[in-house]
Amino acid sequence: MLIKRKEFLQVGSLATASLLMPKFLKAFEHPASVPPGNKVVVVIQLSGGNDGLNTVIPIQNDIYYRARPTLSLKATQALSLRDDVALHPALEGFRELYDQGSLAILNNVGYPNPDRSHFRSMDIWHTASSSRDYWNEGWLGRYLDAQCKGCDRPTQAIELDDVLSLALKGEQVKGIAVKDPRRLYGTANEKFFRALHSQPVAHEEQPVDYLYKTLAETMNSADYIFAESKARPTKANYPNTELGRSLRTIASLIYSQINTTVYYVSLGSFDTHVNQQAQQHRLLKELNDAVFAFTKDLQQQHRFEDLLLFTFSEFGRRVAQNASGGTDHGTANNMFLIGGGLQQKGVLNPLPDLSNLDEGDLRYQVDFKNVYATILQKWLKANDQAILKGQYAPLNFI
Amino acid sequence: MANHQLHNQHLLWRAGFGPAVEQLPDLHRYTPREYFKALQKASAAAPVPLDVIPSVFKEEMNSSMTGRKRELTAEERKQRQQMSRDGIRQLNLTWMHAMINSSAQLREKMAFFWHGHFACRTQNLIHQQQLINLIRQQALGNFGDLLRAVSKSGAMINFLNNQQNRKDHPNENFAREVMELFTMGRGHYTEQDIKEAARAFTGWAALPSGEFIFRKLQHDTGVKTILGKTGNFQGEEVLQLLLEQKETARFITRKLWRFLVNEIVDEARVEKLAEAFYQSGYEIIPLLESIFLSKWFYEQRHTGALIKSPVALIVGFRRMIPLELQREDAILLLQRALGQVLFYPPNVAGWPGGKNWIDSSSLLLRMRLPLLLTSADEFNIGAKDDDDVMMGMGKRGEGLFQLIGSTTHWDPFFMALKETSREKLAETLQQLLLQVPAQLSTKKIEGFADARSRESFIRSYALHVMSLPEYQLC
Repeated sequence: MLIKRKEFLQVGSLATASLLMPKFLKAFEHPASVPPGNKVVVVIQLSGGNDGLNTVIPIQNDIYYRARPTLSLKATQALSLRDDVALHPALEGFRELYDQGSLAILNNVGYPNPDRSHFRSMDIWHTASSSRDYWNEGWLGRYLDAQCKGCDRPTQAIELDDVLSLALKGEQVKGIAVKDPRRLYGTANEKFFRALHSQPVAHEEQPVDYLYKTLAETMNSADYIFAESKARPTKANYPNTELGRSLRTIASLIYSQINTTVYYVSLGSFDTHVNQQAQQHRLLKELNDAVFAFTKDLQQQHRFEDLLLFTFSEFGRRVAQNASGGTDHGTANNMFLIGGGLQQKGVLNPLPDLSNLDEGDLRYQVDFKNVYATILQKWLKANDQAILKGQYAPLNFI
Repeated sequence: MANHQLHNQHLLWRAGFGPAVEQLPDLHRYTPREYFKALQKASAAAPVPLDVIPSVFKEEMNSSMTGRKRELTAEERKQRQQMSRDGIRQLNLTWMHAMINSSAQLREKMAFFWHGHFACRTQNLIHQQQLINLIRQQALGNFGDLLRAVSKSGAMINFLNNQQNRKDHPNENFAREVMELFTMGRGHYTEQDIKEAARAFTGWAALPSGEFIFRKLQHDTGVKTILGKTGNFQGEEVLQLLLEQKETARFITRKLWRFLVNEIVDEARVEKLAEAFYQSGYEIIPLLESIFLSKWFYEQRHTGALIKSPVALIVGFRRMIPLELQREDAILLLQRALGQVLFYPPNVAGWPGGKNWIDSSSLLLRMRLPLLLTSADEFNIGAKDDDDVMMGMGKRGEGLFQLIGSTTHWDPFFMALKETSREKLAETLQQLLLQVPAQLSTKKIEGFADARSRESFIRSYALHVMSLPEYQLC
């Protein structure tokens, strides 16, 4: 009886301390917490290989129309940006961002010797390895390794999901996956787990110490993220979709004092081998509506200048449509860059050259690792060369 | 000797998937040597092949071999692909069932090792089933034979693009992986060796049935220089060359050490084991004997030193707590959420293992596993889609979001403890279920147990112990 009571007190004091402490005190508690003006990156992964050619459409290119007799989108159906390029009709909000000068499109992004397997190509994007190497740590994981040396909760990068992606797994530090801060808080505060958490963590190199260290980080992070998610929740309207809910959570966290600089979220599946049109339309609409609500919210709160959001997919799709009204796995693809701090806006580089293909697929012109380097170096002020284990010249969009 | 029990548990976790509930009363009675010999004997016979191939596939294969096969319509082809993917899921569950229930634990454990070593992703059910059966068949035989058989399997030939490896148009994928991942490891060959070896493998192909064929006309008969030797090498001779390299014995032994003994490699011991493995001509059983019959294997630094893989965790739990699931495919979701789906290794390098299994999400899920599997907690985790498997048709974040309906059979567990007095229960349970002492005191864990009856106490205490971080280790 006495033991249980004591335990309860320990647990209770721990949980309430972080939840009820006034904000100004908390600032002392975490001197490293980030002031407003904190630059954040939001990564939206379009899983399954989004068809880039029907997303950013080359409306004056005959080869495109010939290769896709039924799947191509005509200029009149699409949202035109320039004489030669238009967006998929579901991307109305993206066009508005383009008109505002808050959106950039980077074409032909990929890597040498592209792999057409989802899993492998996604690994390459996640780890930033060459297609010859098999790395076990992600690029954001290595960012965490650098940011969170000896820290007790790796919340500098958060994935809005139940399962953590390779991208956020570092060698020393692994990020945290949380789809719903309240649910994670509930799980992590299960009484039995709390009792374990109150055990002192030994600093030895045994596997059991690693497990307890991970557990402690998880619980600290769960408490912290939940508390911060409630500190200044957004009041804006978001679509009631999974991505909408995730971006609403992200917005609330951005308005809080949390030290998170990278948010990671996935949407899918874009693997449209069959009857592509309906599926891609539904997903791009979910993307458009959620992102547009999010950018509007951040603009109203004057935090849009601190946002850099980008999209990527493990690969684009073949130029020619297949026999099932869909497209098969391809190579290079476009990326959207969105935010209030872009130095270069609009369509940043030439559209894909459809007359110069590699066995029916686009040739990449920009290595995605140059994009990562740009973001790490210029936006997050991190050591891009150490994190990417190589030197990639930064681009000029920020 | 009092430590027989701990040592036998150690042996059973490493040379198999952990002790089964009915073995509990015996664990202190025999020496590890006796146990290992028994394990070896139970694995001696050829395994019953896994067979989940639907009859329609078999009929079509027969008629194609007699040349009476009709062309399938596009719709039928799509249907076959779906059946193939479903079949691989079935193959997964069927093999896992064997891991849980088979007494050939040593064989299944080594097959699991080779399954990760010869990592292969293909949606072709016939090829996958052939590959896993040949691996199970030869898991305890000779590594050279295993390497040759795997290299000539339809699964590997297709997965590593050897179908496209032709004279004047070499595809180097297989040649590269066979050196980097299957035999010597990086740093012991040059790019030129790969190029030349690829030429030797030209003409290696497989029929749709999975049967190996040598396409003579596509074979490059010219002279090749590989690893310093020059000749008109064919594929078999290249494999022989690779086996002649001592690095191959070192590479395999080192990897096996990390799988069976410890993530921290004792280089001096590995070197000795590798030397003997090499001298034996790559016989697997003598290598295993020199590990499991040694004194050092049972040293404290090796017990509880490994993080269980998700498959070992699930299988080990189910060997201890027999249960039936209403939906066995819930196990596939668990595998996905925990990061290890049989037949879907992340890449040709296999599962990295060790600390890579553990992150905040996977650790919490692992610790909830005992309650999830016994239907005491709700499964509210959405696993990520695998587009290679779902082809874009999966439901995003698929999960059960409900109880995994299960019927748990506790009676054998109660039986195994019937001699244990009430006062000794907590301590005994901890010794049976953990390979490292729990950091949380017995008293504290007892505070969470349901002490209304002896049986409810055993049940809830055991489940709490299996929810500990320490249970993740073996």
